Amino acid sequence: MERKIVIPGTLLGKTDTSKQGRGTFREGDNIYSSRLGLVEERSGYINVIPLSGVYDPAVGDAVIGVIDEASKMNWMVDIKAPYPAMLRVEEVPWRVEFGETSKFLNRGDVIVATVAFINEAKNIELSMRDKHCRKVDEGIIVEIQPSKVPRVIGKNGSMVSLLRQHTGCWIFVGQNGRVWIRGEDDKMALLVKAIKKIEKEAHTTGLTDKISKFLESESD
Amino acid sequence: MGISSVKRDYLYRLAKEGKRPDGRAFNEYRPIKIERGVIRMAEGSAKVSIGNTTVLAGIKMDIGEPYPDTPEEGAMSTAVELIPLASPDFESGPPRADAIELSRVVDRGIRESKFIQLDKLCIEPGEKVWIVFIDIHVLDYDGNLFDACSLAASAALMNAKVPNERFEMGEDVPMPLSDPPVSCTFVKYNGAIVVDPSLDEDEAAEARHTIAIDKNGDIRAMQKGLSGSFTVEEIKNNINNARIISKDIRKILEG
Amino acid sequence: MDLIKDGKRIDGRAPDELRPIKIEAGPLYRADGSCYLEWGGNKIMAAVYGPKEAVPRHIQDSTKAVINARYNMASFSVEDRKRPGPDRRSQEISKITAEALENVILTEMFPRAVIDVNIEVLDADAGTRCAGITAAAVALADAGIPMRDIPVACAAGKVDGVVVVDLLGDEDKKGDADLPVAIAPRSEEILLLQMDGHMTVKEFDEALELALKGCREISKLQKEALLKKYKTFEEE
Repeated sequence: MERKIVIPGTLLGKTDTSKQGRGTFREGDNIYSSRLGLVEERSGYINVIPLSGVYDPAVGDAVIGVIDEASKMNWMVDIKAPYPAMLRVEEVPWRVEFGETSKFLNRGDVIVATVAFINEAKNIELSMRDKHCRKVDEGIIVEIQPSKVPRVIGKNGSMVSLLRQHTGCWIFVGQNGRVWIRGEDDKMALLVKAIKKIEKEAHTTGLTDKISKFLESESD
Repeated sequence: MGISSVKRDYLYRLAKEGKRPDGRAFNEYRPIKIERGVIRMAEGSAKVSIGNTTVLAGIKMDIGEPYPDTPEEGAMSTAVELIPLASPDFESGPPRADAIELSRVVDRGIRESKFIQLDKLCIEPGEKVWIVFIDIHVLDYDGNLFDACSLAASAALMNAKVPNERFEMGEDVPMPLSDPPVSCTFVKYNGAIVVDPSLDEDEAAEARHTIAIDKNGDIRAMQKGLSGSFTVEEIKNNINNARIISKDIRKILEG
Repeated sequence: MDLIKDGKRIDGRAPDELRPIKIEAGPLYRADGSCYLEWGGNKIMAAVYGPKEAVPRHIQDSTKAVINARYNMASFSVEDRKRPGPDRRSQEISKITAEALENVILTEMFPRAVIDVNIEVLDADAGTRCAGITAAAVALADAGIPMRDIPVACAAGKVDGVVVVDLLGDEDKKGDADLPVAIAPRSEEILLLQMDGHMTVKEFDEALELALKGCREISKLQKEALLKKYKTFEEE
């Protein structure tokens, strides 16, 4: 499916025939793009999938965060959003006494967490109660643009499966543009190259095939 | 700006196997690109990239009074600007200690190697001399500003002319130069010492060692930075490595 | 010196002709969005970081993002070396640039955040504030900042009594009037407008129309630059 690249201010449609989706704004009866991105129509909604931009957190997102600060009753976490996120002691799988937060998580530590709460003022709270949540203790974190995350995962997980198959690495993709990988060093190095290639060519078609060919040729 | 614990652990682990995250050897430099004469308004200019680190140096000249202790010599002044566009961690405002240290180390390399023949920049002894301003703007920071800035300054000087025409003193002539210094920077983390640090390696660095080597392999300037330490043997190894590595960089610089 | 001779300007241009312009989107590695622009003798690098948390907290606006624009001329960008650091002219240009860009950015989407816009003039030849805004606009789109339009700017003026578009250095220094204009091209709303010199109302109208015409042409170049960054991969 060829998708057209649009820029802020491109006219996409009218409100009598379409509904306003993500990455758009309305002026009168017209729907315009607010982003540099790919336009798509889905279930009557016109959406613009951004080609760049910061992570816009949504409740339920699995994210990989870096601890900024350990306070007495909580930690402040960098999740690559325009706002810091808070993780309270009640939301972690360990029993943390008052003032003992740094015994569990310190500045620079990396965690997998879920976005639990966002209000209108964009205060963000995380939780580590879900099964996939844990402290990252080995492997490496690859940083990519958040807008490219869907491509690294692929339709129904097709891309991430391909990556796992070819490299034998364990992969966890955070919605906020951080990918946690574990495996043998040279396989991880190949995987990092592949992820960076996906990031660079995210807007092209036939990407899964291209990456498959790339992985095969690099394995020789 | 801190480095995450996972990144640091990965760097340390690879280092134990003699490896670096980008696949380079400990003594391997990233690709260097030099473009000369890129700024019209400057008397000389050069844009240098080492990997993704990019800096731009411009040479401007003016006429002024000589320093009292060197009445028959021109003067030089070096300033490095860590402009906010080069990194999310650079703020606008007066130069912080990082920028000042960078400026002074680059200056020292050029001054001590007598690269600019300051005695040829005298107009009227005791009264009027040429002043050479070396201004370096960092455009994209991805590690190793010491070497990038030094290389850009040298290349810009090699591209520069004395603006006699603009000051109505005859025709423009090339900047009077001898041989350039070549700077080589090493950083140490968890016992490993690597040349030409990438951004992650700069952020993990405990100690830093910059050496300016001249055409004959002699040392003209040196700087140890950050709060970690080097052993005497490590210092000597760095110097030996710098003497070898700088030969290749010199070939690129001299085009 | 005659600034206009036989209907041609000192660089051979007609009164309504723009200088050559080249725009490149996304040249920098670290910045969230960037743009390198050449316009006649001008060379501009613009970079955007954000949106990100606004610190210190007292600069935060709880209802929308704050736009922090910094226009700066490099020491080596002008004939007589400029001392590093902002002077009053740079501070004024920074302010009106921020105000022009803020108009089109959907700032309500990011309360308490700041968007840093950096404009660095590396080589100067008059019209740098217009070149700066034009480059900053491309950098903002490249950074994925939501906007309702991509601002564009162009100056017009008067030299030797003739109304012309896009003054170059000598025309600016020795001319009779200078009129930089920035617009939101879809609606042609004026986002920035300054004038200094001496013009009759009729001359002003002519100059404004020339500036708007220039803006329309340059707006196409901005769009091409943004699309070009992604087109090259499609063709591989």
